[in-house]
Amino acid sequence: MISANLSAIFYLISGVLFILALRGLSSPETSRQGNFFGILGMVIAITVTFLSIGNFSSGLIYVLIFLLIGGLIGAFIAYKIPMTAMPELVAGFHSLVGLAAVFVAISAFLNPEAFNLGTPGNIKLGSLIEMSIGAVVGAITFSGSIIAFLKLQGIMSGSPITFKGQHPLNALILISIIILTYLLCSTQSSNFFWILLSVSFLIGFLLIIPIGGADMPVVISMLNSYSGWAAAGIGFTLENTALIITGALVGSSGAILSYIMCKGMNRSFFNVILGGFGATEQSSSSLHKEQRPVKSGNAEDAAFLMKNASSVIIVPGYGMAVAQAQHALREMVDTLKKNDIKVSYAIHPVAGRMPGHMNVLLAEANVPYDEVFELEEINNDFANADVAFVIGANDVTNPVAKTDPQSPIYGMPVLDVEKCKSVLFVKRSLSPGYAGIDNDLFYRENTLMLFADAKKMTEDITKNI
Amino acid sequence: MEIDPFIFRLSIFILSIFIGYYVVWSVTPSLHTPLMSVTNAISSVIIVGAIIAGLAGNSDGIFISSSIFGFLAISLAAINIFGGFLVTQRMLAMYKKKKKDK
Repeated sequence: MISANLSAIFYLISGVLFILALRGLSSPETSRQGNFFGILGMVIAITVTFLSIGNFSSGLIYVLIFLLIGGLIGAFIAYKIPMTAMPELVAGFHSLVGLAAVFVAISAFLNPEAFNLGTPGNIKLGSLIEMSIGAVVGAITFSGSIIAFLKLQGIMSGSPITFKGQHPLNALILISIIILTYLLCSTQSSNFFWILLSVSFLIGFLLIIPIGGADMPVVISMLNSYSGWAAAGIGFTLENTALIITGALVGSSGAILSYIMCKGMNRSFFNVILGGFGATEQSSSSLHKEQRPVKSGNAEDAAFLMKNASSVIIVPGYGMAVAQAQHALREMVDTLKKNDIKVSYAIHPVAGRMPGHMNVLLAEANVPYDEVFELEEINNDFANADVAFVIGANDVTNPVAKTDPQSPIYGMPVLDVEKCKSVLFVKRSLSPGYAGIDNDLFYRENTLMLFADAKKMTEDITKNI
Repeated sequence: MEIDPFIFRLSIFILSIFIGYYVVWSVTPSLHTPLMSVTNAISSVIIVGAIIAGLAGNSDGIFISSSIFGFLAISLAAINIFGGFLVTQRMLAMYKKKKKDK
């Protein structure tokens, strides 16, 4: 048994190590060391918890068993998961943090003596408020992440689910959460606690269903942020510095990522959260649809164009992840490099289904990270490049975002692929992208459409170079 | 007059938000996915609450309802801790620089 002061100092140390873990991610070289700091911080926090309780009663063996079960499952998932499934995995993990926060809040409510919070029915007011916040945010994180997971996994349709009176209903539920928290605090009745939890699970579910698949980068970041605030709420209840620091770090991290993602789409956070994007605009754009000529080609044409180029820029998108084409793409690039062609990759902030999704896939395919560039870094280079190879991206290359103020994506930062001498666009059909609008790029003089599966087309091009 | 300890915790919280803000802005965009998986792992430090709850039962009642929720929370958080750190490790190991001999 160690003193409360000593354990508080150790919790502070583990909080600092968590800060260093995030700091390490400022560059790939320091990132692995950062991850090590994170693991160390976690080991310290868990060890200190055991030591500070000191009561190694018969419960200890069960604690260790459950720890081991979870650890084995987690390790198994971490080794087995394909990199393309990373968005689903992260959404799934968020839901677990949320549920764990709810369970800890429930235990604290049922057995406040164990946490020094008072007695059942007479819990300290401050603790009860903190506990409720942790439980509510945790429950919203849980059910929201489950929906995000189902949408990303494709079990649930990625298209927005909207119904009449959706927003008033959500507003009503949010108000009822505040009222229920007040009632819970004034009566200490467990009935209100359970109702509060159920309503929170419900609102998490309702908040995410109207949000479409391509807005998932914002949703995942937002749920990441929520899981942090839930942890912080529990941290206040337990008076634990490590949890408070971590909660604040994770909360602000998720919030910043959501902000970056929203900026990448030139949409406000509320516009994304209120949902329904892509569902309403579709009808209006189909009205003035006209048949325009499109140049389409095959793998040989594409190979010919690239062989005669001196620089090629690759623009990957979600379609590359779906087709699992990253390895085939790397092989194509290797062949190009053998022919002394300069190749770089251009990544739009919202390409894929989560922040940094494309970077991870390219890294998996052994693409060196110093060949991969962000939008601001590379956008000026398109004018000097010979070929832009767009694989699985669509809306993020649409020049309409710069020219047509009527367009729903107007003002969104896009990659200037049309400035290249020629554009190769791998796509299965002419169907519009997520925003439900036609891509002007398809009909340009210098665009050659390659209608095929991304992986198959890339392999065919490699053979023809 | 004494200051309520809550105020100290609130100070830690607010300052940590600012630390988080500056630290996360310095994270390179190509590592945003590992950032999410590692924040996931560290937020599972909530396991400390779960362990307290799990150990709260006495020998007469190890499986009182509050400790059952504690045990479940331990497993959930452990999935995240092990899964989160290991998958981050796996991702970070893939980020390589261009080989010089090429």
